[in-house]
Amino acid sequence: MRRIALKFGLIAVAGGILLATLGLGGASTARPTLVYGGSADPTYLDPALVSDGESFRVTAAIMEGLVYLKPGTTKVKPRLAIRWKTSGKGKIWTFWLRRGVKFHDGTPFNASAVCFNFNRWYNWKGPFQDASATFYYQAIYYGFKHNEVAGLGAPLYRSCSARGPYKVSIRLRRPSGTFFPSLVVSSFAMQSPKALKQYGADEGELRNGTFVVTGSYAFSHPTGTGPFKFKSWTVGQKVELVRNGDYWGNKAKIDRLIIRPIGTSTGRLQALQNGEVNAYDLAAPQDAATIRSNSKLKVITRPPFNVAYVTIHQGGNSPMNDIKVRQAVAYGLNKQAVVSQFYFGVGKVAKEFIPPSLPGWSDKVETYPYNPTKARQLLNSSSCHVPCKVDFWYPTGISRPYMPDPARNFQAFSASLEASGFQVTAHSAPWRPTYVAKVNEGSAGDLNLIGWSGDYGDPDNFVGTFFKSPNPQFNFQNPAIFNVLTRAANEANYAKRVKLYRQANILIMKYLPAVPYAHSLSLLGAEKRVHNLIAEPTGGTFFQYVTVG
Amino acid sequence: MLRYVVRRLLLIVPILLGLSILVFFWVRALPGSPISSLLGERATPQLVQQYRERYGFDEPVYKQYFKQLKSWARADFGTSIATHRQISDEIKQRFPATMELAIAALIFAGGIGVPLGFFAAKKHGGLFDHASLFLSLIGISIPVFFLAIILKYIFAVRLGWLPTVGRISVLIETDHPTNFYVLDAIITRDWNALWDVLKHLILPAVALGSIPLAIITRITRAAVLDVQNEDYVRTARAKGLPPLTVDRRHILRNALLPISTIIGLQAGLLLSGAVLTETVFAYPGIGSWLRDAIFNRDYPVIQGGILFIALVFVLVNLIVDISYAIINPRIRYS
Repeated sequence: MRRIALKFGLIAVAGGILLATLGLGGASTARPTLVYGGSADPTYLDPALVSDGESFRVTAAIMEGLVYLKPGTTKVKPRLAIRWKTSGKGKIWTFWLRRGVKFHDGTPFNASAVCFNFNRWYNWKGPFQDASATFYYQAIYYGFKHNEVAGLGAPLYRSCSARGPYKVSIRLRRPSGTFFPSLVVSSFAMQSPKALKQYGADEGELRNGTFVVTGSYAFSHPTGTGPFKFKSWTVGQKVELVRNGDYWGNKAKIDRLIIRPIGTSTGRLQALQNGEVNAYDLAAPQDAATIRSNSKLKVITRPPFNVAYVTIHQGGNSPMNDIKVRQAVAYGLNKQAVVSQFYFGVGKVAKEFIPPSLPGWSDKVETYPYNPTKARQLLNSSSCHVPCKVDFWYPTGISRPYMPDPARNFQAFSASLEASGFQVTAHSAPWRPTYVAKVNEGSAGDLNLIGWSGDYGDPDNFVGTFFKSPNPQFNFQNPAIFNVLTRAANEANYAKRVKLYRQANILIMKYLPAVPYAHSLSLLGAEKRVHNLIAEPTGGTFFQYVTVG
Repeated sequence: MLRYVVRRLLLIVPILLGLSILVFFWVRALPGSPISSLLGERATPQLVQQYRERYGFDEPVYKQYFKQLKSWARADFGTSIATHRQISDEIKQRFPATMELAIAALIFAGGIGVPLGFFAAKKHGGLFDHASLFLSLIGISIPVFFLAIILKYIFAVRLGWLPTVGRISVLIETDHPTNFYVLDAIITRDWNALWDVLKHLILPAVALGSIPLAIITRITRAAVLDVQNEDYVRTARAKGLPPLTVDRRHILRNALLPISTIIGLQAGLLLSGAVLTETVFAYPGIGSWLRDAIFNRDYPVIQGGILFIALVFVLVNLIVDISYAIINPRIRYS
């Protein structure tokens, strides 16, 4: 017995020594390096061929566009172009380029490099015309020089001409309101023509319907002009960037930027707590309190770039054809209660369909604070008297950034609508595969819960997507709204365009094709010694000014 | 022996064929599709139809299966719909990680389980025996993912002794010629990297090895109890052989046969347990890759990954069977 006790004692001591030796843990970090936790690996490091945030997070640090969004805002500012003007009724855009800028491979950035990039996109053929390859190009420019895929539109781009080494003109086939603001999207960043050619950037194929890059550029040679240079990418482990010592502007304050994929938000949180990352993205709202309770950590908020809304489906004999019923719905939804109770402190009540950070947001829209008495009065003066029967759908098996808990949102709304004179019949369907399809084809009742996360910082990506033309989801006809949104999408003059979107938002909230109810912030966790880490409203992270320690 | 091995190798073909049918139809029976996962809110009926045509999901399922079978026959596992990467490349990259983790878990389970079971049998009915039984019951009962979370919380998050995620610290720069990081660190004589890789292996290996540890302990105990009362053991003792020699040559060697069987079976099961463990520890192996694929309904990855794991499982079992003949010369395959 004594021998057994002795053996256990020895094992315990040995274990203790082992664990004490391990005490250095995973926390050893040489400075100045920033280790940042993302949620997944990038797809490719050629931004023209991707549309996901994790790829853009990396490429936006390596490559720059002609313009960019002022960090932390959605205001367009000069970057590689120092000024610009439009002519030819909005069809010609002339850019004056920044001098003395070099790509990371030492080649100069100039007008011919700009034209090379634009012509690269325009001339893509075969597999590169697949939507999985060139999503953003197709969203903005519609078509290629020679369209090979059915359904592609007439191209917006016509030509590019260098008018001197640092002046370039882009000619469009028709005026476009989205051309200029979309230049901030990382997909349209400038890349080194030499590196693109040398490392086979335009080598790719479709394999069983999936676009696959076969050249090495997008894996190991991404080359831009940005504050960080690419060093290495080990899939599943890390992407490592190093400071660009020859950067034309304010040089980065850290030597290394390592972005590591950690698939779960809990995993990212624990890596932060243990010092294995200095900061991480996409923190779960319910983890905010844990982060704040640690004296060495802090929460950084990203302005909202999404919207949750209640679809109102019109058409046929629907009671929703009557504006008074739609207004009663808007007054009968207790938006404030839902946002206060089910958004973990990161939600804001939405007044309209675009987030406040976007140009075109208007504070003059009609608002509908919860008012069950008014809702009942409206119903009684409408074609659908109290109790007005409505079918209300919500999704199951899903949590979206703009709607963390759909079932509870539904329950609260259902109760407030019942109190407002409606008789709600509940319906639900699993998010995959049926719910979204039902909502989009317009077969998910009179009312349903859904939302949208923006792709890029332009109001057209929100209100244009929903309401620019007849859409079976809402099934309404309002030429005034269609007209003003179409004009806005084609308006090249920025100020006029913003005015048109303000007008559109006022019209939409008066007509009520749907009721927006929440914008949700997204959160980052970081060590307190990490400074100037800027969370972009559009989902990215601005690393250039970051300091650690 | 050679004929036996060839016959077993040939048997792999119908096994994989049967499994391919099961997996192919099973993934399609899951609710959702890669398209709904890819498109999310953008899944308009027109776009969904376009994507169905592009990936060939609009064809009859049997046609899709035969098309897929042709690709597999060419050893082409296909391409991930979600990440656009070649599945064979992903396997090359990730399989060494899972293999390394499984080996570490097996070393943990076998290295502790065999002596624990042996001493439990030797002290049959005593405190040590009861304690080992109690611990092995706990080991079997606790779900792997739960143990993983608890271990991670205590030893990494609270105490900060061990890392919480990954295979190696991202700040360490070292070469990976084989992608087996322990081996790589030894080959390149990078002892700092070796220590770091081992630290990253401890918690996932302990979590993954907990159930095999419990099973090995109990099987060893039972096997030793059986063997130690055999006539030849009593004879050896009566001959006056030292107790250590009797234990090593007569008891342990004969008890090894059921133990090796169970270790072989566990080696295969470790690959499936890796899905949970790798997810908790963000360990970049086959398991976490498959978990992402299941969430994204990434059909080619789920199919290719499961078939590959099945192939490994069958091969491991073949190796175990062959090892019987080495461990016990009385066994002959014909």
